[in-house]
Amino acid sequence: MSELIQTSKVAGLTKVNDFVVKFANVNGSGSASANGMFAKAVFRMGIPISPHNIFPSNIQGLPTWFEVRVNENGYLGRREGVDLIVAMNEQTIGKDIASVVPGGYVLYDSSKVLANELLRDDVSYLPIPLKDICLQEFEKPAQRQLFKNIVYIGALSAFLDIDFKVLTELVSEQFRGKEKLILPNIHALELGYQYASDNFNCPLSLRLEKSDKNKGKILMDGNTATGLGSVYGGATVAAWYPLTPSTSVVDSFAKYCKRLRIDAGTGKKKYSIVQAEDELAAIGIAIGAGWNGARAFTATSGPGISLMQEFLGLAYFSEVPIVVFNVQRVGPSTGMPTRSQQGDLLCCAYASHGDTKHVLLFPANPSECFDYAASSFDIADRIQSPVIVMSDLELGMNEQICEPLNWNDESRYDRGKVLNAEQLDEIEKYGRYLDSDGDGITYRTYPGTHPHKGSYFTRGSSHDAYAAYTEDGSVYAEVMDRLTLKMKTALNYLPEPEFSKPTSNKLGLVFIGTTISAINEVLDNLAKQGIALDTMRIRAFPFHDSVTEFFDAHELNYVIEQNRDAQLKSLLKIECNIHEEKMHSILSYDGALITAQHIEKSIMGSL
Amino acid sequence: MQTNDIGLTRRDYEGTLTTLCGGCGHDSISAAIIQAAAEMSLEPHRVAKISGIGCSSKIPSYFLSKAHGFNSVHGRMPSVATGANIANKELYYVGVSGDGDSASIGLGQFCHIVRRRINMLYIVANNGTYGLTKGQLSATADLGSRTKSGEESQFDNIDMATLAIELGASFVARSFSGDKKQLIPLLQAGLSHKGFAFIDVISPCVTFNNTDFSTHGYKNTWENYVALSEIDFVPMREEITTSYGAGKEKEITLHDGSAIHLHKTSNDYDPSDKENALHHINEYKKQGKIATGLLYINQSSSDLHELQETVDRPLNSLGDQELCPGSKALNDINNTFR
Repeated sequence: MSELIQTSKVAGLTKVNDFVVKFANVNGSGSASANGMFAKAVFRMGIPISPHNIFPSNIQGLPTWFEVRVNENGYLGRREGVDLIVAMNEQTIGKDIASVVPGGYVLYDSSKVLANELLRDDVSYLPIPLKDICLQEFEKPAQRQLFKNIVYIGALSAFLDIDFKVLTELVSEQFRGKEKLILPNIHALELGYQYASDNFNCPLSLRLEKSDKNKGKILMDGNTATGLGSVYGGATVAAWYPLTPSTSVVDSFAKYCKRLRIDAGTGKKKYSIVQAEDELAAIGIAIGAGWNGARAFTATSGPGISLMQEFLGLAYFSEVPIVVFNVQRVGPSTGMPTRSQQGDLLCCAYASHGDTKHVLLFPANPSECFDYAASSFDIADRIQSPVIVMSDLELGMNEQICEPLNWNDESRYDRGKVLNAEQLDEIEKYGRYLDSDGDGITYRTYPGTHPHKGSYFTRGSSHDAYAAYTEDGSVYAEVMDRLTLKMKTALNYLPEPEFSKPTSNKLGLVFIGTTISAINEVLDNLAKQGIALDTMRIRAFPFHDSVTEFFDAHELNYVIEQNRDAQLKSLLKIECNIHEEKMHSILSYDGALITAQHIEKSIMGSL
Repeated sequence: MQTNDIGLTRRDYEGTLTTLCGGCGHDSISAAIIQAAAEMSLEPHRVAKISGIGCSSKIPSYFLSKAHGFNSVHGRMPSVATGANIANKELYYVGVSGDGDSASIGLGQFCHIVRRRINMLYIVANNGTYGLTKGQLSATADLGSRTKSGEESQFDNIDMATLAIELGASFVARSFSGDKKQLIPLLQAGLSHKGFAFIDVISPCVTFNNTDFSTHGYKNTWENYVALSEIDFVPMREEITTSYGAGKEKEITLHDGSAIHLHKTSNDYDPSDKENALHHINEYKKQGKIATGLLYINQSSSDLHELQETVDRPLNSLGDQELCPGSKALNDINNTFR
């Protein structure tokens, strides 16, 4: 064994299962799968983790980061500060080293000498000659490049005490069917592990210890769950235009359809996916299919939502069921296309011109992405109107630990009020928009159902109860009032808010979606300071009465959201008439997931 | 009243009363569709009518009231028709659009529905003007053509028929709302054709674009209208007995077993030859003439369902049993994320 490398004047951080590791890479260099392997290995050791990709809108050459928070307590929101950086990008290495907290670690490629100005005396350096090792061990240029990533994972395995067997298992699983690749990858892992063990005191005082916190859980990204939920929910038509961060919703739908939706007898497909020429066509195809009785969806993000406005108004007014998955990103305009935000609340809630209102669902984790995707088709059919499922990049594209996906085999699709030929025969005169049940929801028919009954003309222009064109103002107003009633009825089919166990607290925390990742940590930390809060996670729009009741029951409510203009707060004011004094906004809109520290600081500052 | 093979009268194929101007070409198109469908004994409720916005897009109200209709968004009929067709491949789809709807605001969607080979009949009622907004020039107005207000088109026109041929439509025709004898068999052939059938129908706007200086008016169309062939439609039930002399006539069998007989007026015109068809149309255009009739046909093209290999049953008829993979499959998937 060679002499151990001494690189630090300070004692390193001593932390077990509670730290942030950040990988700084160049995009297109093959780092993503290696970094993913690291996250999965920690997950399999039973330790809670939350990986976040921070990536550019680019194919090759720009900086990209992969940030993993490890936390035994299950605090899985983002945490500011980095405890260990894997600094693989020369363009950003200065900033990357500067981001490390005092006492932290810098793993870098020592094939090249580190410039003097990059040396800090309050962090420990972990130099590994990655390039030299790969030059010596591998022949093909592509392998020499790619395996640098695997070698640093091997080194981390020694530094952080990752179970090496878990890593080799992961490699074997990843390359199942491409067996030739397994041995070289394991060899690369061993090279890193060996070099670190030979040259440093391993493990570091910053390290992992096996735990049992992930029992039964899965590690999945939201878009995968959404695509799979659409398969389970009975979607047969997907029309879309590629747009980050929504693209992987349709990728997932396609992947699972190929596996689960092929007719056994004929080998033919029980689904259709159309990559449209733009988002207008994508939603138009979904509306055509929904009108004709198929369950149809489109997946998009903010720029696509902007283009779909006119069609959303048509679907609302002519009462056609469709599902839109909006994986939100930072706007306006092209904004920051690969960063996350909850910035489309207002433009989705009232999408299109004229008086409109749309059902929104706010999933907060991959399990909910699955459940809401599946149930959104029932809701859309039931209320005969668009349902927009509001995810975001953070949830859609990053893996999260969540409960396994669950399906009740007893459940049946709710196709809503649809009349077949026999039912039409029993009706004297069919009216497409005749509210015979008094709940605002009327009966529809699919084209081709009956030779002489039940046909109607669907139009975005004003129509009466029998779908006939009219410019009679009172008839128009009646239809608009019925649509208001229909949205009230819709509440029966939407998920109620999730409340914490009610206490006698006077402070409330109100939030949606991915903000949930910071909440446990906020509550625990504030509790230590004697501050207790009740929480309400809103899961659907329009709001249930219980939303208003929560505000009424608390003197001050912090409304936490990830946009500049407090859009959730605005919706609450408009829809529930909640007084401004009852609400205090906590906002975050830098494109990164909101942190517990930011929320705590805002609350402390307001008291 | 006379009944057809399925016991329906012409009245069973009618729609609501027209609200278009007296003498509007579009009403002749509605009448031609009614006659075409009645003669073919189409079941009205097995047809879905889809349109965009504009005078043209009102047409679906005026025929086949027993069929479902969808008057959608300006320029977006193609996407709605695409979705409807994907949901249920068993219906007939008739899309009706106009030159504003398909050549301007909806040109992109038009191009892509042609590429996507949706099995439908797509009709453009082409009058070279925006009638509902009182007579602005449209993108199909020929260079130099003038509207009623005297506005002259300074730009080259978009020819929807040649565009459709170039983009891969498998049935392309042009006709004139005033020529029922030609339009009806073309509509019947288009409905029987498997794949994307397109008919550009010159349909004069009597109120805003029927001057002597308009190339889309009745006068110019009658004077410069050239039929590349005369066409007869023979439904599949009828035994084909007439014999034709070689060279002058051509019989084309369509997907559903019906046939069209073409009586060619030009010896070297071949509607199955794309280049040849484009050449003829352009040659006539240079002389200020409008080539009409069946311009191009390819009976062997596949539609989107064949390309995508969708199941034989309509997608909209599949239920839980066929679509939901169940909890066991989901548990297996969960295991791949552990």
